[in-house]
Amino acid sequence: MLAASGVNPFAAYAELVSDPFGSAFGWSETIVKATPLIFTGLAVLLPARMRLWNIGAEGQLQCGAIAATWIAVFTPIGHSSLAVPVLLLAGMAAGAAWCLVPGMLRAWLAVNETITTLLLNYVALLLVDFLIYGPWQDPQSRGFPLSPILPPAAKLPVLIAGTRVHLGFALALLAVGAVVFVLKRTRWGLEIRIIGDNPDAARYAGIDLARNILLVMAAAGALAGLAGAGEVSAVSGRLQQGLSPGYGYTGIIVAWLARLNPAATVLVAILLGGLFLGGDGLQISLNLPIAVVYMLQGLIFFFVLGSEQLAGYRLRIGRRDHAASASHIT
Amino acid sequence: MRGITKRFPGVVANDAVDFAAARGEIHALLGENGAGKSTLMKALYGFYRPDAGEIRLHGVPRVLRSPKDALRAGLGMVFQQFMLVPSLSVVENVLLGLPSQGWRLDERAAAAQISAEAARYGMAVHPLARVWQLSVGEQQRVEILKLLARGADVLILDEPTAVLTPQETRDLFDTLRRLAAEGRTIIVITHKLSEVMAAADRVTVLRAGRLVGTTTTATTSPQALARMMVGRETFDLAERTPVEQGPIVLEVRDLWADGDRGPGALRGVSLAVHAGEIVGVAGVAGNGQRELGEVVAGLRRPTRGHVSIAGRERTNASPLDAIRAGLGHVPEDRLGTGVAPHLSVADNLVLKSYREPRFGRGPLLDHQTVDEVARELIEEYKIQTPGPEASVEALSGGNLQRLILAREISAGPRVLLAFHPTRGLDVGATEAVHRALFDQRHADVGVLLISEDLDEILQLSDRVAVLCGGQLMAIVRPEDVTVEQIGLLMGGTRLALPEETA
Repeated sequence: MLAASGVNPFAAYAELVSDPFGSAFGWSETIVKATPLIFTGLAVLLPARMRLWNIGAEGQLQCGAIAATWIAVFTPIGHSSLAVPVLLLAGMAAGAAWCLVPGMLRAWLAVNETITTLLLNYVALLLVDFLIYGPWQDPQSRGFPLSPILPPAAKLPVLIAGTRVHLGFALALLAVGAVVFVLKRTRWGLEIRIIGDNPDAARYAGIDLARNILLVMAAAGALAGLAGAGEVSAVSGRLQQGLSPGYGYTGIIVAWLARLNPAATVLVAILLGGLFLGGDGLQISLNLPIAVVYMLQGLIFFFVLGSEQLAGYRLRIGRRDHAASASHIT
Repeated sequence: MRGITKRFPGVVANDAVDFAAARGEIHALLGENGAGKSTLMKALYGFYRPDAGEIRLHGVPRVLRSPKDALRAGLGMVFQQFMLVPSLSVVENVLLGLPSQGWRLDERAAAAQISAEAARYGMAVHPLARVWQLSVGEQQRVEILKLLARGADVLILDEPTAVLTPQETRDLFDTLRRLAAEGRTIIVITHKLSEVMAAADRVTVLRAGRLVGTTTTATTSPQALARMMVGRETFDLAERTPVEQGPIVLEVRDLWADGDRGPGALRGVSLAVHAGEIVGVAGVAGNGQRELGEVVAGLRRPTRGHVSIAGRERTNASPLDAIRAGLGHVPEDRLGTGVAPHLSVADNLVLKSYREPRFGRGPLLDHQTVDEVARELIEEYKIQTPGPEASVEALSGGNLQRLILAREISAGPRVLLAFHPTRGLDVGATEAVHRALFDQRHADVGVLLISEDLDEILQLSDRVAVLCGGQLMAIVRPEDVTVEQIGLLMGGTRLALPEETA
């Protein structure tokens, strides 16, 4: 595929790896990309531990971005010292609310949450479009679909001087810690694990499934909303299209590659963040069309996820009847 | 079969077992659960390939690679789970998968043929009925007809009577005898001594994967067989000793409920359980027992009627309400509802009690206390596990039931709902469960025992309630009735009996 686009594939692979992981700057940019992925990964992972499939982290992220923008640009808080905490909280609240809609439908009416969370993504994306083409369009943008720039007080502090690594990364690590803690060390975590392992046993044990669905979906939405608030405040600086190159969807891959282990999301998010960055690099240095980059990323995900199954197998060379009896046992 | 050995990871399911069944006989394969009966028969049926040993059919060594091979060689097996297509008719199920019938199916001719065949062996089946409309006993007949249509002359039946009423059991044995009289070989896997004595010509006993011996039923006794099966003198049966009965702890009045398969699974059932009393619920599977248990446990909403636990109104209670009211529940499906199989033994032991303050402050869960409590329960109830952190999945059926009993009994219930508490357990584990239930009765707990094992119900219960079609047929004292009378009640026949009040 790469060869067909007139590029030496091996050069492309080298580019894909060296850009994100080959320099201090590369690493810092990788972490910037990994930050929202950790959040969205958790937003998929937490419900998945309860067998709920949240495909809507993308939409929840957009809602978090909208709420953060509103606080920063359209309320007086945006210029105050409270701007950052308030806009983060608003982002969480908006994400949670967005995710609670499918949560309520699931908890009370048994509507499949996979579909509803997915569909709400489109609604959220179009809501962003509506705002930036319409009421929130920056008068100075000369017709470009952009919101006004967030005031300086509403910008997330940078963690490492000279890079774009921002407070969001620290919050993401905190969130990972919190999810690990909740699952392992709290009664609520035990409930989630019981429901995830056997919903019938959970019901039998008197665990309130509806309440847990609502709580978990709200928490998931809040995590994704935090990602959106962080992106607006620290990276893009305004509400705009392409705020997220599919962080919400990639969160699904993060969660699965991490095998639903919250601690592992950090590592996976950094790897995938690097892939995003490397993709940008390919576009610029090798002049590859963006579509080819996305195809390449898609193929990588496909093969990694596809090989999951095979990783369980051991290649055994032996007498034939041995192999036959082994296959019978498994 | 000679020297059959089959190993699974960690266990030898069959260890150099010899087995021979002759033409024209009914041969029982007897043993406790886990003795290797099913494994041996599945090896014969081509389901497993033995690691060592030889199989001969009619004197010819054969290697059977699959059930298809076995069928071709004239072997047929009726499993505990029937393999029928519910939405198809009896005829269609029998013909399904038969070698070339041509494109057209002459259903009427086939139906006539099947009816004739069925009648010859004393099996009443309507050939054009859909399988889902049939009772379990009728479905079993369809399975047998299926195998006959495929020309099987060796029939293997795995625990065929587990789901039948006493009357249906008698009919089945009658059918099997007619089949054997025509020169077929019938192998019946069972752990019920009475059936072996009643139906089989010869019996082979397995214990812990090894052959104990083969004998003719004419020259043996149930006691001798039990000794062979268990390997020592059998246990004294736990005896029901008189207990002062207390107040009513569980009462259902005029209870109506819908089932998963449609409305009217429970139709006006009323019964009460006193403290210190075991009330058994007898009935053929699917006659409202599951719904009754679920309504009591708060897992299913009744459409009408009342439930009260420990004197308090608990109609439409949530499962948590029922637990808090003092309901212990040994569920019907141990692995499916009773535990979270991939979580640890410790987590499963606190599956309900994790809410108690002793397990941590506020929202926190104190793993150390959980661990300590789990260790105590493992010790007290003799749960065999590598430790509290081990996954429950690896526990045997008996140990799983010990875990569930440990959890439910240690909660100090007022009412214990025990649903199929010994199904699939071996003699030792069954005895332990029975003792535990008696201990609860002595501790002033009211026990509602739902079981398909009539012997168990009659042995344990102070009173027996018989359900049929979701209706309460009668409540009787076990000493006042015969097994046949209970069988008739289970089949829906009303009898004039010394009735007990609800």
